[in-house]
Amino acid sequence: MPVHLIDITDVGPRTRNAGADAARMDVAICGIGAWLSGAPDWPTLRAILRGENGLRDGAPSKPAAPTLPPAERRRAPEAVLLAAEVAGQACAMAQHDPAALPCVFTSTHGELAITDYMCAVLACAPRELSPTKFHNSVHNAPAGYWTIAAHCVRASNAVTAWHASFGAGLLEAATLAVAEDTPVLFAAYDTASSGPLAEMTRTGRSFGAALVLAPAGDSGSPSITVKPRAGIVFELPPPPGALANLAADNPLNAHALAFLAALAHDASARLTLPAASGLLLDMEVRV
Amino acid sequence: MPAPIRPLAVTAYTATSALGRGVATHAQALHANRGGLRPNDFSSAPLQCFIGRVDGLEDAPLPQALGDWECRNNRLAWLGLDQDGLLDAVQAAIGRYGADRVALILGTSTASIGASEEAYRRLEDGRFPRDLQRPGIHTPHSLTAFVAAATAIAGPALTISTACSSSAKVFASAERMMRLGLVDAALVGGVDTLCDSVLFGFNALELVSPEPCRPFDALRKGISIGEAAAFALLQRADVAPEAPRLIGYGESSDAHHMSTPHPHGRGARAALDDALARSGLREDQIDYVNLHGTATLKNDEVEAAMLGERFPSRVRASSTKGFTGHTLGAAGGLEAVFALIAIGRGFVPGNLGCTQPESACAQQLALQCEEGEIRVALSNSFGFGGNNACLAFARAEAV
Repeated sequence: MPVHLIDITDVGPRTRNAGADAARMDVAICGIGAWLSGAPDWPTLRAILRGENGLRDGAPSKPAAPTLPPAERRRAPEAVLLAAEVAGQACAMAQHDPAALPCVFTSTHGELAITDYMCAVLACAPRELSPTKFHNSVHNAPAGYWTIAAHCVRASNAVTAWHASFGAGLLEAATLAVAEDTPVLFAAYDTASSGPLAEMTRTGRSFGAALVLAPAGDSGSPSITVKPRAGIVFELPPPPGALANLAADNPLNAHALAFLAALAHDASARLTLPAASGLLLDMEVRV
Repeated sequence: MPAPIRPLAVTAYTATSALGRGVATHAQALHANRGGLRPNDFSSAPLQCFIGRVDGLEDAPLPQALGDWECRNNRLAWLGLDQDGLLDAVQAAIGRYGADRVALILGTSTASIGASEEAYRRLEDGRFPRDLQRPGIHTPHSLTAFVAAATAIAGPALTISTACSSSAKVFASAERMMRLGLVDAALVGGVDTLCDSVLFGFNALELVSPEPCRPFDALRKGISIGEAAAFALLQRADVAPEAPRLIGYGESSDAHHMSTPHPHGRGARAALDDALARSGLREDQIDYVNLHGTATLKNDEVEAAMLGERFPSRVRASSTKGFTGHTLGAAGGLEAVFALIAIGRGFVPGNLGCTQPESACAQQLALQCEEGEIRVALSNSFGFGGNNACLAFARAEAV
């Protein structure tokens, strides 16, 4: 079979069509949600990002996820709880009915504890695999449970882009909001890894963040301009000490925290995040 | 309802499945009513069932330069990319627009989890064996990261993983990016391979048929699982006046149950409504519907009712899963190619495996291959989590 490899340094803008400069998108941020153990909501995390507080001691290790029905809350996998918690916070802050919002859920690896369970059972007793764990193993399980709980029949999506999952998911959600002229729920999360798989998929602690994005024009809300460009070099502002380990654990955490830090402060800011291995998003955040 | 979209050209497309490699092979098999299912010979302790297995993957290693991505799913992706001049078409698009102006959006349900399963079977002192200590293949983005490396596409690179609607939804995301001018072309598609997770998982849900699957048959007993790779290159219509068109799509959620469809097909109907609105068409203007048709009791019951109620009897419809098995995250892409084959070659694939069709859709169902002009074709894909998509394609001159 012939090999069709292209030297990545040998591609560039020279052959693009006239007028094909990267489009820019303006979106308002109407709602924000966040959860990690010790910072169970956006106001708490915002204070930490502003250097006003540290993580809370004795905090619950699991999100409450009050938007899920009680029965689901008891048995739901952690990624489902985490996504529902942050999504619910963002919708409440935006004062949007979750049933009306199409959604984009992004996660580097999905529910790692279930992947570990599946691989372990399949290696020794495959016929004993739990049917519930199997249908909960799909990457869109959090989106599925969310749409069921929110009675949302709009489009729901579940995406990943490995170490660019936050930026790629944000690009997908902003594209949806602008192209369809609709508010969109965006959630980003990863859960803790476990078992032998953990060496390959280090995520550290569970962390999630969510935004309700809307086409720009919603005055009073912070807004962002998103402009993709080719590139691989970017610099993240250092997170506050209390969040340094969280950011170091997993690129999704680091990228989400850098984005949320820009929203947490009182001044407008510029920020660049990766959306693919050769694609960056230049963002201007206006608060 | 959404506004009609500006149609996009599908300037290249290909499929590799249990039916063989490339579009011509698939067209011949579909035309001859010749299926590709076989008794299950996959994995160390095979379940008694039938599968749609791609021949030759075991003898088709990745090129050395791409060796870090070695695994069954990426082998199938590479084999699929090598058919029908797809790689050359992608390189031409990169040359024309620039690598960063081409998007890569692929759907997969399990990606290369088969490699993670193997690592757990071969643990050494509780750790992955050395040859499998490659983080890139133990994550759901493995497929897209591999194809990005293999094609040098440098624009947006996104994996959509919404179970069995994954590689239908990639067309929708690509259209939006192109409409906003973020990119000039998009390589879309899907790849899923046989692995223990899906064979034993669907077995645990009691959804696997002991015989070759029989979509829409009154005596159907469940799914046969298959594997496939399918790809399509999308560009603006003006660059390819003759190429078939993506004219619409619909996406929705059931908001009902994780693994059972809404009893009245609420989400499936919403996706259909959405696709028709974006296409600017009515049901009676559709010539062919490639159905999701998994051969589970519930899916086919709900989809048959929708088909019978919404479409006049002249509209032809079939599930092609009797040919290939249910290729899960690759099904949307594979069956988009089947819709394009129907349009390009002028025939409706038969609904292989069905002899006593569900009465609700008996008038529309094509049990055997039927010759005839197909100007507009739809393709349904429904997944776990109540995740639905419907795609609409047309001949260039029908738009």
